[in-house]
Amino acid sequence: MVLIALGGIIAGLNPNFLTFGNLVRVSQAAMIPLVLGLGETFIVLMGSIDLSVEGVLTLAAVILSMLVLNGANANDFGMLAVPCVLILGAGVGFLSGLVHVTLKVPSFMATLGVWFMGVGAANALLGGMAIRINDPWIRALAIERFFGFPLGVWLALGCLGAALVIQDHTRLGRHIYALGGGEELAAFSGIAVTRVRIATFTLAGVFYAIGGVLAAAQLGLGNAQIGSGWLFTTITAVVVGGTSLSGGEGGVLQTLVGALIVVVLANGMVLLGVPSDVQIGVQGLLIIAAVGLSIDRKRARLVK
Amino acid sequence: MNAPVAQAALALVKVDKRFPGVHALKDVSIDVRRGEVIGLIGENGAGKSTLMKILSGVYQPDRGDILIGGKRSRLANAADAARQGIGMVFQEQSLFPNLTVGENLYLGAEAQFIRFGLMDWSALYDAARRQLDKVSLAIDPRMRADELDFASRQMVELAKALTLEEHAKGDLVILLDEPTSVLERAEIDILFARVRALKSRASFIFVSHRLDEVLELSDRIYVMKDGAVVAELETANAEVQTLHRLMVGRSLQSEYYRESLQASFRNEVVAEAVGLGLADKYRDVDFKLHAGEILGVAGVIGSGREELTRTLAGLAPHDRGRLLVRGREVRLATPAEAVDCGLGYVPRERRVEGLVLFLSVAANITLAALTELTRYGFVDRREERRLAREWVERLQVRTPGIDALCLNLSGGNQQKVVLAKWLTAKAKILILDHPTRGLDVGAKEEVYELARAVTKQGVAIILTSDTLDETIGLSHNVLVMRDGAITHRAGASPGGKPRQVDLIKHMV
Repeated sequence: MVLIALGGIIAGLNPNFLTFGNLVRVSQAAMIPLVLGLGETFIVLMGSIDLSVEGVLTLAAVILSMLVLNGANANDFGMLAVPCVLILGAGVGFLSGLVHVTLKVPSFMATLGVWFMGVGAANALLGGMAIRINDPWIRALAIERFFGFPLGVWLALGCLGAALVIQDHTRLGRHIYALGGGEELAAFSGIAVTRVRIATFTLAGVFYAIGGVLAAAQLGLGNAQIGSGWLFTTITAVVVGGTSLSGGEGGVLQTLVGALIVVVLANGMVLLGVPSDVQIGVQGLLIIAAVGLSIDRKRARLVK
Repeated sequence: MNAPVAQAALALVKVDKRFPGVHALKDVSIDVRRGEVIGLIGENGAGKSTLMKILSGVYQPDRGDILIGGKRSRLANAADAARQGIGMVFQEQSLFPNLTVGENLYLGAEAQFIRFGLMDWSALYDAARRQLDKVSLAIDPRMRADELDFASRQMVELAKALTLEEHAKGDLVILLDEPTSVLERAEIDILFARVRALKSRASFIFVSHRLDEVLELSDRIYVMKDGAVVAELETANAEVQTLHRLMVGRSLQSEYYRESLQASFRNEVVAEAVGLGLADKYRDVDFKLHAGEILGVAGVIGSGREELTRTLAGLAPHDRGRLLVRGREVRLATPAEAVDCGLGYVPRERRVEGLVLFLSVAANITLAALTELTRYGFVDRREERRLAREWVERLQVRTPGIDALCLNLSGGNQQKVVLAKWLTAKAKILILDHPTRGLDVGAKEEVYELARAVTKQGVAIILTSDTLDETIGLSHNVLVMRDGAITHRAGASPGGKPRQVDLIKHMV
């Protein structure tokens, strides 16, 4: 609803919004927030929060750029680099989950630490420089088109499909909802709570790594700053979509809508000539408005 | 009566369990035969919940054996207990509101529906429908659990426990832990009928505070007191009075509620309700509360008495009629306004709503009086400590010191700290919402004594209690509510206390 209204308003004010070229631009801008948001959605459904998005994304992008044909070293593993990077993402997510569960560190803190470890590792690998990606396949994700849309957009839609299957048709998906609904209850029902948590963080790590691949493809290079700003966009997309921060309610389709709202709003502001200094503030306003609308104030008596 | 234990579906033999400072279970032996409904009763703190937790695999016994179908067994955790055929219907309803009924039924047991890594939802819902048929519940398993009323949820829980018979080897034993506490009479009848019908499939252990229900449903009754089984009787040989005497360890006597200390109240009206009402909750409530009076409010769940209490605590403001506190008309929109009017709320969830567990005794006692203790923006720590020490002494709070965290106090002493908090804040009216819930007998008596002492000082009390006994024993006057309206008023001066049956007929 909000998305359609927003689209309508912007289209009314500037008809260019509905041109095919602009829709492609919107989809291109939405692909990374969508993929990142899918991973975050599972975490938030569980009632946790994952701040390691940028850390995993950066590390994945940098390592990808170092493994494929590039301007800095002699590696040329081609598309083999992608599964390597996804396994890396899974590993980092697994680490977040393990720290969170075994040391009983709140997910907020555990992933905050992993965020900086990821960015730190990327920095250490690069020493401040950027690596140009020359691999044609990776570049193709951003450049080559299929039915008018870049391949990366199709990849993101594929991720959405996979996330939907996980959410609705696997035991893990169901257990994630159960944990968000009540963790103690879930344990009483015989669910291996710690295993579910670790698995979910691992899964989210894979999505962030895919986000890293897309980001590297879009930019055509890998550097340590590639991730900055994505965490905010990711959480905004999830929350604006309507997934409840207290867990148990929402899902990946909502996140698709949320990601589109965020991107359409940004796109609309550009089209309408809103100064860029103001745009980021509007995004902040948006996330607070979304949370304010989604919380059932009658039920939630205490807010921390 | 002494059927060989080996024949029992489930037996506990000399089970013993200690927690720091508490001997929770003392050599408890219980056996449940096939197709039998066992009633388990006892006061709060008698050890029933510990026993249930051992049977559901949450706690491990320190000593003693658990025999399932005559074989020695270990219940490592909840899932393990389920595998061995022990199902639970919890007191707090344990369905996930955000999942569908079918998902709830098979949560944790989805493996049977997984084909090639994916859930086969139609198979799960078909199976769920078969389970619901067992308890004759005609609802769509694809409904979300939060769309169901309490009674249906309870039935779903029963159906969930019955899913165990598909994969548990041996006999099924289902623990019913206070299943009726949120149900209406008609719903209870349905539940009981289902339980009786299911006796061919399972045995049951029925834990309840309501003795009449235990007598109605059970075949055999175990009575627990202070961690031990003190009696085992056939239901045919039992009646409410006997059970009560066994539970409390002596017959109920008036001195339990310190009736000799009940002084007549003063003539000064401290609060008055005129035609007070809250939409869909209660209506036309009139009462006058005098200084030094204890006004008991009796009624079953849904009678509106809980909401009336919450109105006075500032948690659910009234929308009709007038409420006067010390002559001034008020509408208590927030707890802070209630406190400003001199009302102190002693909530039933004392660990959540009454105390800040991670603050010290002293800080809790002065929490509601900090404004008076603050000079130029700073809290007068010396005065704070003096007050805290004074109240700890006056109420005989057993604590290592005023700096101890409330977390570490026993229930009875926590309750005293809550009372001290309101007395420090000079509350003129105390709202006691189930003040003795979860306290043992001794601690209860101390609370009663305190209630007497503060009313003597002119504090008025509005009491909603767990038991009718307590309401009658403590109060000067009793209001009986049903379906949101006052149906009866009874004086309860010492020597002239109304009988329970006379009040009950106005409650139901």
